[in-house]
Amino acid sequence: MALDKNGIAKRIAQELKDGYYVNLGIGIPTLISNYIPEGINVTLQSENGLLGIGPFPEKGKADADLINAGKQTVTTMPGSAFFDSATSFGMIRGGHIDLTVLGAFEVSEKGDISSWKIPGKLVKGMGGAMDLVAAAKNIIVATTHTDRNGNSKLIPECTLPLTGVACVKKIVTDLAVVEVTDNGFKLIERAPGVSVEEIKAATSGKLIIEGDIPEMDI
Amino acid sequence: MSKVVKNAQEAIQGLENGSSVMFGGFGLCGIPENCINALVDNDVTELTCISNNAGIDEFGLGLLLRKHQMKKMIASYVGENKEFERQLLSGELEVELMPQGTLAERIRAGGFGIPAFFVPAGYGTEVQTGKEVRDFNGKPHILELGMTADYAIVKAWKGDTNGNLIYRHTANNFNNMMASAGKITIAEVEELVPVGELDPNQVHTPGVFVQKIFKGVDYVKKIEFVTER
Repeated sequence: MALDKNGIAKRIAQELKDGYYVNLGIGIPTLISNYIPEGINVTLQSENGLLGIGPFPEKGKADADLINAGKQTVTTMPGSAFFDSATSFGMIRGGHIDLTVLGAFEVSEKGDISSWKIPGKLVKGMGGAMDLVAAAKNIIVATTHTDRNGNSKLIPECTLPLTGVACVKKIVTDLAVVEVTDNGFKLIERAPGVSVEEIKAATSGKLIIEGDIPEMDI
Repeated sequence: MSKVVKNAQEAIQGLENGSSVMFGGFGLCGIPENCINALVDNDVTELTCISNNAGIDEFGLGLLLRKHQMKKMIASYVGENKEFERQLLSGELEVELMPQGTLAERIRAGGFGIPAFFVPAGYGTEVQTGKEVRDFNGKPHILELGMTADYAIVKAWKGDTNGNLIYRHTANNFNNMMASAGKITIAEVEELVPVGELDPNQVHTPGVFVQKIFKGVDYVKKIEFVTER
């Protein structure tokens, strides 16, 4: 069965390594913080100026001066730090952030990503996404494999305005874990109960399938 | 000469139609509420506003939008604002969107006397259009320009009468850099103290960057999304 949002987040949490500094985008990526494996210490960065995002505040304790990049009220972990936006993107641009996880409208088989603009329709802006994908060492996309109309989001060439080129390393969807290689998408794992055929049908970009594809262990 | 002014109305005196104005804040966090309200009351128009976001429909910069006081908005993210989207799609409002880190660095560079710099963000996207591209360390970068404005309006937690500023939590965000990038910088603060009361070790923005300062009143500090455990 296809994973739900929490399932996707849970699988991506397995990619975290002890000591990582991580930037989690809005939406599914934010959920990853609920599934950080035991014994792994990661520091979450929020590009509005916080290193060490803590859980949501207790009821009645929300502070307007303490939010994450999604403008949700948060708390801080012991040992956290505040800073201005230039310093924040200095961390990102300077390669000090180990992993970025963000959502996408489309990912191409070359690792290009579209995530910020649907011409004539949706006007939101790129926020920090272009800075993050241009600079982070490791970029994982968290998304559903297809859009609401059933169209594949893993495609040969992005059709929407790009956020970054040749930057996505891995994609974790409700159906599969896919790596972006020089030769196209490489299927790494299947969601529990999802067949290779189903994944193939939902992927319009070139999908490399080598040997037996194991199920995710979640 | 004292930098202290009585209130927001006095602080924005001289801010004319057509001015470029930087507004500190991220979302509604750390925005100069008093000065935004004063600009709304003053009916100053044709403003070029530089801010990470454009407020929401009923608060922050959204109030300037609603009264059509903006000619142009320079920002990185403008979701959560229907009137903004409407004015943009109808062509009433000119909008320049850029990556958030590029926006932050353009402001920092502008204030710090750096006319231009190269960054990787936006390479291969529409952000690159018309800009010089150069490879550094085997990676393409695009040329971005430092940015200043006629006015920078920032909000701090504490300030002293010399203009030294301290921010609270994530309400620093764009305020610190913007303070350096305004030809005239106005700071509104929750607590205004006499010289000598702020610990110099704790000052985020040195007073040299600030021309006018006042104690703000009646902060609403609206929260966009209250999330609790």
